[in-house]
Amino acid sequence: MKKTLVCISCPVGCRLTVSTEEDGSLCVTGNLCARGEEYGREEALSPKRVVTATAPIDSSTRRRIPVKTDGFLPREMINGLLTEIYRLTVAPPVEAGDVLIENFKESGINVVATRSIRE
Amino acid sequence: MSLYDVAIVGCGVIGAAIARELSRHTISVVVLEKEADVSFGVSKANSGIIHGGFHHHPSSLKARLEIRGNLMYDRLKEELHFPFKRCGILVAAFTEEELKTVGLLYEQGKANGAAGIEICNRKRMLSLEPKLNPDVVGGLHAPGGGITEPYRFVFSLVESAQKNGVRLLTEYRVSGSERKNGKMIIGSGDGRSVEARFVVNAAGLSADRVSEMLGGETFTLIGRKGEEYLMDRNAKAYTSRVVFPVPSPISKGILVIPTVEGTTMVGPTAEAVEDRNDVSTSADNFEKIFYHARRLVPAVSERDIITAFSGIRPALPDGDFLIGVSEKNPLLVQAAGIQSPGLTAAPAIAEYVRDLLLQSGLELSPDPSYDPNIERLERLRQMSLSEADECVEKNRSFGEIVCRCETVSEAEIVEAIRKGHTTLDGIKFYTRAGMGRCQGGFCTYKIMKILQRETGIPFDRITKRGGGSRLLLNEIGEPDGGGLPESGKNERRQ
Amino acid sequence: MISRNFDVLVIGGGSAGLAAAESIADNGFSVAVADRENYLGGILNQCIHNGFGLHEYGEDLTGPEYAQRCIEKIGKRKNIEVFLETTINHAEETPDGMVLYGFSRSLGIIRLSTRGLVLAMGCRERNRGNIGIPGTRPAGVFTAGLAQRLVNIDGYVPGKEVVLVGSGDIGLIMARRMTWVGSKVLAVVEIQPYPSGLARNISQCIDDFGIPLYLSHVISRIRGKDRVEGVDVTPRVNGILNHEETFTLKCDTLLLSVGLIPDNELSKKLGVELNPQTGGPVVDADLMTSRPGVFACGNVLHVHDLVDSVSAEARRCGTAVCNYLREEERGEQGDAVAGSNIRYVIPGKFRPGRKMVFTMRPLIVKNKAELKISQGKKPVCTRRLVHVQPSEMISITVDLDGAETKRGPLEFHLH
Repeated sequence: MKKTLVCISCPVGCRLTVSTEEDGSLCVTGNLCARGEEYGREEALSPKRVVTATAPIDSSTRRRIPVKTDGFLPREMINGLLTEIYRLTVAPPVEAGDVLIENFKESGINVVATRSIRE
Repeated sequence: MSLYDVAIVGCGVIGAAIARELSRHTISVVVLEKEADVSFGVSKANSGIIHGGFHHHPSSLKARLEIRGNLMYDRLKEELHFPFKRCGILVAAFTEEELKTVGLLYEQGKANGAAGIEICNRKRMLSLEPKLNPDVVGGLHAPGGGITEPYRFVFSLVESAQKNGVRLLTEYRVSGSERKNGKMIIGSGDGRSVEARFVVNAAGLSADRVSEMLGGETFTLIGRKGEEYLMDRNAKAYTSRVVFPVPSPISKGILVIPTVEGTTMVGPTAEAVEDRNDVSTSADNFEKIFYHARRLVPAVSERDIITAFSGIRPALPDGDFLIGVSEKNPLLVQAAGIQSPGLTAAPAIAEYVRDLLLQSGLELSPDPSYDPNIERLERLRQMSLSEADECVEKNRSFGEIVCRCETVSEAEIVEAIRKGHTTLDGIKFYTRAGMGRCQGGFCTYKIMKILQRETGIPFDRITKRGGGSRLLLNEIGEPDGGGLPESGKNERRQ
Repeated sequence: MISRNFDVLVIGGGSAGLAAAESIADNGFSVAVADRENYLGGILNQCIHNGFGLHEYGEDLTGPEYAQRCIEKIGKRKNIEVFLETTINHAEETPDGMVLYGFSRSLGIIRLSTRGLVLAMGCRERNRGNIGIPGTRPAGVFTAGLAQRLVNIDGYVPGKEVVLVGSGDIGLIMARRMTWVGSKVLAVVEIQPYPSGLARNISQCIDDFGIPLYLSHVISRIRGKDRVEGVDVTPRVNGILNHEETFTLKCDTLLLSVGLIPDNELSKKLGVELNPQTGGPVVDADLMTSRPGVFACGNVLHVHDLVDSVSAEARRCGTAVCNYLREEERGEQGDAVAGSNIRYVIPGKFRPGRKMVFTMRPLIVKNKAELKISQGKKPVCTRRLVHVQPSEMISITVDLDGAETKRGPLEFHLH
């Protein structure tokens, strides 16, 4: 198996080639850094993404609070996560970094606020 | 059901002018407008030229009404405070042949009574307008011509009419009528109806269909589309007078228009269209418009373009106005086929229609409480710093600038909304917010918030111009949102 | 009318304005920051995606997180005063500096007198009128940034079936965002034969969702009466539209991501000379414009790709403003000129004898490119660049020790 893909870990966007060796292990080439190697492996085996979105907030100053996953979530779980994010009811005060959804479906990934909204 | 003396179908410049004229009297008047706001039809895309009285033969109704209407604009401006400038019109000739036509236009103008009209030699033309193409050989100067903002004129006519008791019903699409006991019952598609002793058909592009629905004669309008380009305030092509080419038998030509607001417009084209609702612009006309405009004023440049738009003129086969009591229905007065010089002639058309109604038996006594004046709206853009300071002290929302491209304050947006302009286009035409360089990129969400606050319209129900022109679908996460996606396969097309 | 006096007025409270204000205040000068919105942080507030701060903080932050850090850094300092919901609308010159007038809802008109001015107004988006898409004018045509605002700050979905024009990063990000709010993105239409956004964004915003990317295509017509009903898409071959191959995509929303224009309307009012290549003010080695005391940084100066470079540039600008206020010796400057395959270089002047940061945009797409900086025949420095493309700004620090102005202009060539 041989796959070419673009690393999304940083804006450089190295063009990676991920191939399966005879012994079944993965070989990543084209990366400029270790993050790229890790991304290449993950992407070939089980693509994961950071998800950013907004959730409703009951605040007098804002209607939405921006949120993100604090890690990479398997792609097939993203739709379910988004549905849950959009159903949240968040109330201020919220600080950037506060966990709004904990350990989504046992993935080990939390959803955190990326902005403080205090009233 | 309310009984009115007169119902006017259509609230473009003709309907609005008639409404105001009739409001001088003690009669009751209702205006039925099919769109969400007035001036959303033909009048919206009008070039705004107040014509100089030389384009039409003295024998035509057009010519007589044009010159009379033209003369009424100064007084109207004093009373209604809409933008109007009697800057003068030039017709530029580039060949001996064209000069001959200029001669004919001059004779026509004189016969029509156009004051101050003169034939100019090359030197005079260039001194009147230094930005003219130096190849000009001569031309015509009509100092009585001018320029206005057509929708602002319509808004002010309507305000004045409403102040004097005229009722306006919007989103009223006439669907049929009945004659009963010597009166007209006019129904709308949504179930409303009004009763009136007389009806005026000022329905612009729909005038032929409306005529049939009101029991009037059959005629067919031809749509003639005109495209125009709007250019930046700082465009070098901004002239001091409106520049016309020598006209062709079918069209007045592509003009260079210095608007009252300081922008420049070039156009309009003139082509027959099958679909009267097709107000699309096209790439082909772009070349044509800029070629002809540059021929008049070489400084015209595509780099200054802000946007393009088009409008459709309702033209009758013989090209003249159809203004008269309907032969089929004596309760109906037609004011149809009003294309150029309709805007110029509008105040005179209004008087003419009034007289026709009088002749038809409508009793008109002057209303002693009639007030011709409306309040002048304060506009931040037009204030000096000290005037602005005073104004902001009294009303802080003048200090909140919503549209920075055109310097429009929140107070003006609120005023527009309170006057009944509850669509983004209506607010745009009333205040200019959204007409500038960024074309609403920064002010749209602010205007929407103010609209929601002032009227209670839910944010996602706000429309561009009524009807189905909503901006937004719904809130994120609402069931109708379309559902979340499935990841697909990679695909890239080259 | 309230009158206030400051050493410096910073116009714009986004990433550029905040970083400039911070560095000026750190030097003890009094700073006013004016922004027309009722919050600081500018456009970052609506950029809820990540990819910010990799250089500045070594972290992968979202726009709001980056903004929050900028805001916290200016903190509650006594020498920075923030004027929100304030639009600067008028300017006058005085013998000792400038007077600018801000229009504010809460304070009325404020008269701000200052010695130094930093232009940090950012940019606006190229719109339908600018690129002249023929057709009708229905509701449902948005610039990508306006749509982003309505989605991310106000929380609304603009439409169900979306076509995007332009494969720049803003468009690509919105393609993903629209998909993630439940709309269907039918296509991204790009006029150039190559996508203009970062490769990572093509990957995670287009490829991830299988969105068709039509390169060398344009939208030739918008259809729909009250609301968008469809668009005509036409391929371009050798720069000419092939109308016979036009196809129509049924959609209800058109998002335009067709370029950013530095927003210099106020700069024009101030009489500042603009550079037609960048759309922003002409600046010297200190990022000072043609008007003494008026400086510029961030997107108003030239469109950046990463906010990290905006912050760095704004700090340099702030330092230069402080030197100006201290009336330090400026010394002579030479010209810095864009040579082969470079569209522009900022600043357009250099000062010999120190290290300077130059930012530039290439005209070519190339892997393993070489940037050569020279003065006449004398090479000043050479850099190898892994990959260059027009949509990725290049930023390099050059040691100008020994680069005397009499040797001629500093030239930048890319091969």
